[in-house]
This record gives sequence, C-alpha cells and structure tokens, in this order.
Amino acid sequence: MSINSSGWKPEMSQGGAPTAETFTGNRALMLEEPLLFEIGSIGKTGVDFAEVPEAASRLGGLTREAPIGLPGLSEPETVRHYTRLSRQNYAIDLGLFPLGSCTMKHNPRLNERMARLPGFADVHPLQPQETVQGAYAVINLVGEWLCKLTGMPAVAMSPKAGAHGELCGLLAIRAALEARGDAREVILVPESAHGTNPATAAFCGYRVEDIPATKDGRVNLEALKARLGPDVAGVMITNPNTCGLFERDMIAIGEAVHAAGGLVYCDGANFNAIVGRVRPGDLGIDAMHINLHKTFSTPHGGGGPGAGPVVFSDALAPFAPLPFVEKREDGSFHLVEEETAGEHHADTFGRMVAFHGQMGMFTRAAAYMLSHGADGLRQVSEDAVLNANYVLRQLEDVLDAPFAASGPCMHEALFSDEGFPEGFTTLDVAKGLIDEGFHPMTMYFPLVVHGAMLIEPTETEGKAALDQFIGALRHVAERAKAGDAALKAAPVHAPRRRLDETAAARKPVLTYRELVTAAAAE
Amino acid sequence: MRYLPLTPDDRQAMLAAVGAGSIDELFCDVPEAARLSGPIEGLPNHASELSVERQLGRLASQNLVAGEGPFFLGCGAYRHHVPASVDHLIQRGEFLTSYTPYQPEIAQGTVQALFEFQTQVARLYGCDVANASMYDGSTACWEAIGMARRITRRGKAVLSAGLHPHYVSVCRTMAKFTGDALDIAMPELTDGRPGDDMARLLGAIDKDTSCVVVQNPNILGHVADLSELAEACHKAGALLIVVVTEPVSLGLVRSPGEMGADIVVGEGQSLGVGLNFGGPYVGLFATRDKYVRQMPGRLAGETVDADGKRGFVLTLSTREQHIRREKATSNICTNSGLCALAFSIHLTLLGETGLRKLAAINHAGAVAAAERLAKVPGVELVNGAFFNEFTLRLPKEARPVVHALAEDGILGGVSLGRLYPRAADLANGLVVAVTETTSTDDVEELADALEEALA
Repeated sequence: MSINSSGWKPEMSQGGAPTAETFTGNRALMLEEPLLFEIGSIGKTGVDFAEVPEAASRLGGLTREAPIGLPGLSEPETVRHYTRLSRQNYAIDLGLFPLGSCTMKHNPRLNERMARLPGFADVHPLQPQETVQGAYAVINLVGEWLCKLTGMPAVAMSPKAGAHGELCGLLAIRAALEARGDAREVILVPESAHGTNPATAAFCGYRVEDIPATKDGRVNLEALKARLGPDVAGVMITNPNTCGLFERDMIAIGEAVHAAGGLVYCDGANFNAIVGRVRPGDLGIDAMHINLHKTFSTPHGGGGPGAGPVVFSDALAPFAPLPFVEKREDGSFHLVEEETAGEHHADTFGRMVAFHGQMGMFTRAAAYMLSHGADGLRQVSEDAVLNANYVLRQLEDVLDAPFAASGPCMHEALFSDEGFPEGFTTLDVAKGLIDEGFHPMTMYFPLVVHGAMLIEPTETEGKAALDQFIGALRHVAERAKAGDAALKAAPVHAPRRRLDETAAARKPVLTYRELVTAAAAE
Repeated sequence: MRYLPLTPDDRQAMLAAVGAGSIDELFCDVPEAARLSGPIEGLPNHASELSVERQLGRLASQNLVAGEGPFFLGCGAYRHHVPASVDHLIQRGEFLTSYTPYQPEIAQGTVQALFEFQTQVARLYGCDVANASMYDGSTACWEAIGMARRITRRGKAVLSAGLHPHYVSVCRTMAKFTGDALDIAMPELTDGRPGDDMARLLGAIDKDTSCVVVQNPNILGHVADLSELAEACHKAGALLIVVVTEPVSLGLVRSPGEMGADIVVGEGQSLGVGLNFGGPYVGLFATRDKYVRQMPGRLAGETVDADGKRGFVLTLSTREQHIRREKATSNICTNSGLCALAFSIHLTLLGETGLRKLAAINHAGAVAAAERLAKVPGVELVNGAFFNEFTLRLPKEARPVVHALAEDGILGGVSLGRLYPRAADLANGLVVAVTETTSTDDVEELADALEEALA
C-alpha cells in the first residue's frame, strides 16, 4: 500500500460519467433488492417464542401437514430488506408530490403518535361500551367537526375509503327514493368525474349517463336541466371539479335536481380547496364523502388505508348506515347497532362494514383538526388555492392551460398536451419529471382534456419548493416541445427505466411460483 | 401554523404574480351566498402539539386498554404481539407518505412489497393468486359473493350460520341493492360443533346457487372439514367461498385451498396491524388462476424495464374503475396498502417456522384455558374442535356477566347476546379467545372472576 506523501488528493479520472456495470448491480446508495422468496428460508425466523406447552390437539384431525412455503428472515435481515425496498419509493417526505385530485400534503407525525396511544390502538371493537367511552368520544369529535365544516346535519363515520363513502351516499339515496315508492334508474355523472363515481353508481344498480360540460370546464346546467326527469335518481358532482374549477352553478344545479325529485351527491375528494371557507351544505347538496386521507392529512401509505365519512342532509340522514355513535344527555356515548336501531333509526339502509370504521384514521384526523383549528383550516384552503394558481400562471406560457382564461383555478392546475410535436406525450413529460427528482402530476385525467396533466401542489409546499418544481417542469416541457429525443428514454436516473406494462398484463405473473427456494432446501 | 410554510411576504408576492389583489379574488367563482367571511363558528382555533396531545391523551385514558389486564376478546379481531420492527418499518416516510404506485419507476418498494404480500397470502390460503388487499374481511366477503355471481351468472348465495354476524349484515345490506338472494340461518349452540350447519348447506345448494360462504374457524370457534362441501358445490356448478377471520389459524389448520375452496377471503388484522378499535384493518382475497380477471382490487405483477431488468407494476387494471368506469369489477380504489405491508413484514419475521410455532402456542393455550374454564361450576365447553377461540355455555345470560367482569378490569370474552341480541337460545353463550399474549395467570383470574360472577 502506498502513501500519498504529497498531501494532495490523488488524481481523479477524467472520463466523464462512469458507465461500467458494478459487480452487485448496485449503484452506491441505489441498492438492488431481491425478492423475499429468493433470500428467505423456511427454517429461519425473526421472532423468538417460549416453548410450546404440552397439550393434546383439539383440531379435529385438520392439521396442516403440507409445506406452506412461507420464507422467514431474521430481524436484521427483515429490517434491511424493507429499508432497501423503501428507498426505491418517492414520497412526500422527499419532495413535492403534485398528484392532482390526490392531495398529497404533509402527514404530521403528531397524528401518528396520537393514533398509537394504547388507549386508542390497543382497544377491541367489541369491548363493553362503558370501557371505550374515550374512543366513542373521538369518533363523535371528528363527526362534529365534519358536520360543522360542511354545514350538514348528520354524518356516517363507518365508510372505509372514498369509494366506500360514495357507495354509502348512493345507498342512502336509493333507500330514500325507495322509501317514497319512487324507483328511479339513472344517475347522471359528468365526464370529468373520478372513475369511482360511475363504478359506484353501477354497483348500486343504477344506469349511468354522462352530463355534458361547458367550454369552460364546468357542468352544462342547461343540458342537465333538459335531461332531468322522473327516471333520474340524482347526480354525482365533484366540487371543486376535477378540472380544478369551482362549479359556479352548484346552487342552481341542486335546485333543478331537487325540483325534478332527484338528490344531489357531491364527491368531496377536493374538499381541501374550500375547507373553512365554503360549507358544501350552503350549496344545496344531500350527501358528500370526505377523504380523511386527503383533506385531513391521514397518510396515503402507498395506497391506503383511507377513510371516507359521509355527511348527509336532513332528507338522507334517516337512511344513514349502522353503526353510529350517539351522545346521550348525560354526556356519555352509546353505539347504535342493529339491536337498538329500531327505536328511532328504523329507516337505516343497514351495515356496510364490520365494527365501526377506520378508528386509527379518526384519531389522526382529530389531531389534524385540533392542530389547525377553524382559523388554520381556512388558511389551509387559501394557501392550497394560492399555490395552485401560482403554478398555473407561472407555466401557462409554456404549457397549454385549457381553462385558464375563464378565471382562477381552485386547488389544482390543469394543462394539456396541446402544442407537443408528433411523438411527444404527457407520459414523456411525466417521466422526464422523475429524472428531475419529482413525482409526476396526475396524467391523462380528467378525460375531458387531451393528454391531461393535473397538478395539485397542496398548501404544505413553500414558495422555494414551488419555484424549483416550476423550473423543472418548464425545462421538461421545453424539451418535449423542442422534440428532444432523449426525453423518450426518461427516466434514466430512477431505480428502473420505463416498465413494460403491456407484457405484465398479457401474461400476468402475480405471485412468486417456485415453492421451495434453494435456501429453503437446507 | 406549523404545517404551513408560506410566509405573509410569500403570499403577497405570489398574489402579485398571479395578478390577484387579494385571496378573496381567487374564490370569486363561489356563489356570493356561500362565501364565509371568517372562520367557521363553534370550533376552536389552532392549538400547539402539546395542547393537542393533552386533549387526545385525556380521551385515550378513558378507555380500558386490552394489554392492561386479562383480555379474552376475539370474534373477528384478535390481540397478538406485533414485533417492534414492524411498526418502525411501516413508519418510514417512503412507505407512509407515498401514494398508490401509479409511477412504478419510483415506487418499486411498494409494488415489490405488494407482490410479496400477494404471494404470502396465496400460500397462506392455499390458493394460486391473491390481490393487493381490500378494506377488511367483511367487505372482502361481499366482494367475493359479487365475483361468484359474475363467474356463475347465478344470483343465490348460501351463507353459513357460522359466518360472523357483521359480515352477514354487510351482505344483507348489499344484497338489498344488487338483487342477490341470500339464504341465511342463525347459529345454534350444538354440543361438539357449535355454529356448524353442514347438513343445511348441503341441502341448500341448487342450480341457482352462485356460492356457499363458510367461515373457518367459525364465529363460535368451531373448525370443520370443508372438503365434502367443496365437492358438492362443484358438482352443482357453484363456488365455495371460505372466510378466515384469524389468519394465525392457518399455521396449524389445513388451508381452505387444500379443502377445495374457490375463493378465500378474510381479515388480516392479526398479523402486524393490531386491534385499533376495529380499523384500519386489511382484507385478504385469494382465488384460482382461472378467475383472476374477475377479481376485484389492485394487483401487482412482474415485468421488465427498458433495460430488461426485473420490475413490478400494477396490472390487469382494465378490471378497475379508473379504466372501466361503470363496467369495473368493483368500485374499490383505495386498498389497505400500509396494513398489507405491516401484515407482510410480520409474516416475513415469522416465516413458516415462526407461524407454525405461534399457531401451536395459541392452540395449546386455548386448549388449556378451555379445560380450566370448563371446571368453573356451571360452565360447559360447547366446542369439540377449535383453534384459539371457543364457546362456553354459562348457567345464566352472558351479557351481564361480561359487564360485571369488566368492572373488575377483566375483558372476559364476547357475549353472544352482544352479537345476536334477539336470539334467546344463544344468550348464555360466551366466546373466549386465547392468544400468545394470554398468560396462565390471566386464565386463572378469569376463572376465579367467572366463578364469583356466577355464584
């Protein structure tokens, strides 16, 4: 071994970017990680137990004899496996996550701490009611906040996610119509709606028809009025809508639907834009779900769990699902279930889930609501809307913004692929943003805009973060418009290049098929 | 406000940049009548972390914590010990604060973990494939019935009396709207095989039957061989759906797949997730290869990238609402990703060896507890075969007994009066669950308290 006696650093290679493959396939901090089934073994475990006590089996001869095929890892190997996997993910904690309609805002860690208090986390849903008064109090607290923030008289807390909330709202609408002997068959949904809207309506047995849009990206009130009639059960309207615009005619829409005997469902996915500044109850709606994982910051967790409480008008409240928490005059709480519903909630459409919903999400949302308060929540929607408008105006010269001329947007800015040269698409811009260190925006949604790019910065981004994102997107958009062929290869700096989704669907490989791994044969 | 980075100067500069004189101008599309001039009344203003901790901590302290005394509740939610590393790993920001992996190049961590989860669930259930999770066991159960309807094009589902009553309740609600016919019965405290209605099920299968739904172990803890039922279903062109609310049982009990089930669904909460007062939980869903295109929910699949490297993506999304809209197999969008990850990490730590040992400890503990509690004067064990949960017949109504035990800090089980309030025949039944977290001292305490309460 030689010593560098000069004191100067040894000469560095001048060869530009290194391209040589490494022995491991790793690239410094970018680490490849095999599948659990390739590194674990059947004989290994990361959990120690006391000896199994002697006892005669009482399984009625149904013992599982055949190998199950579940590899195990020791604790250090487990921690490393999942830590390495985690590092292949983009996350809000790493940077701006501008997925339109998804509201990827900061997830406060206080919420996590509160949800893990043993008094909330280590409590069984079927414990005697007198032993869980504090848990009912949290459900009641979140419910009261939601009613006040939306200006609605009732709330159903049990739906498990946004789409489950939609289901809850539509089941209440159907139950209410059937209760008055009025079988209606059609739900009207704008073309710009989330896919869950038509899917939910169909799930409830309704036929779905489109509501046309105006040129400025909103519901066409005249066309809607013309379609209303005795066969229309109701409408599902997202407000602010998925083009990031407030439905200016919302009150008139509600009046027209009600006059025709229908009911108004509002998809509350975008409540973040108006929370604290506008109460949907003042707009004439009958039901709206609220994604606690959007507006109220419970973490998205890589795709759930969510929570989708639904607020109801007086017209629908009697049909709300079981169970629910009721506050008694003495201040104690009581769970209304199938057993006790008959007394004063006989019209309920029934239960939609075991137990009482996403308690862990209620605790997190409660921490968020109490932290912000009424004043802070108003600031939330103001900053969310300001941030989106800032993005819209800073980029409308380089990207086509189809509705920008009609006025300000709400919490998200919508662009199209208009003006891209032949062969360049929204997908290329999205993948280019990945190389710039950002998660892409929502792409190809809403369907009403060609090559849609829907950007929701949220209120938890500062101006510096926005400026950097705007600079990056401007750069990528300019590359696309200039026909930079290298953009078609993006991403080149991510853990993977573009993945072949067509091949994945043509011959689906959904599980690891080798039963016993080499290591497991030991 | 600690979560909002914009300063007043930033806001002024940005308003100027967008050409607005005030923030109100950006809300100009809101109808005049619906604009609020100030914070909503009747709600407090913002609060510090410390203040929020105190407020919520006060509410948490009003609950009787399962881990602070003898605890014997089950019936669809089980208290197991979750290793510390599980919670640490799921709190890594890259998992906690990421989204559904729609951009797979920067979400391989989530998609690969889901692929591993799917494989673990499929193997645990003895099935070919599993999806990337549902909301919980009860909603997965209904989705399975809908899937059977699509596959068989028949509309009658026969539900076993041993199916969790909340699951039955969810099915009732949904069937009212979809038009499916449900054949339902109440469970009975039959000695040796409570809740077992095999003869009824076999008799109810006909040419209109889409599926038979059986829970194993059932709501009263009874474990049954379902092979004959599977054969009868298949002979009639119907599917057998098996519901498993306690996944730990599958470390010891023959899997539904091995017994011929076509769809297996269940609750995964026992592994990694915890009690959480009922949610969030994680629904498991597995089936045969040939039915995969009729499955609801997300699926992770293997593929390659532009360099030929193995990678994973969400796949077969033409079944799903964001592509198929009103023609989708389900309206489900969100799954239970983080709970699925917790389940998967816990199962990775256990491995097959650990899972079998955990299941053996649960079973041995339950057998010992059942024998001890059956010695309490007047108490009888109803079950013959069971895993970690069994039903006792008390000499009097169980519901008040449970409340009396709770007053002494003992959570002694789930009374059947709570689950089936209108069934007088079941009123004396008490369902008791025993896991690795239950000590012999806990069992002694329950036995003594039970004896006192029954005296």
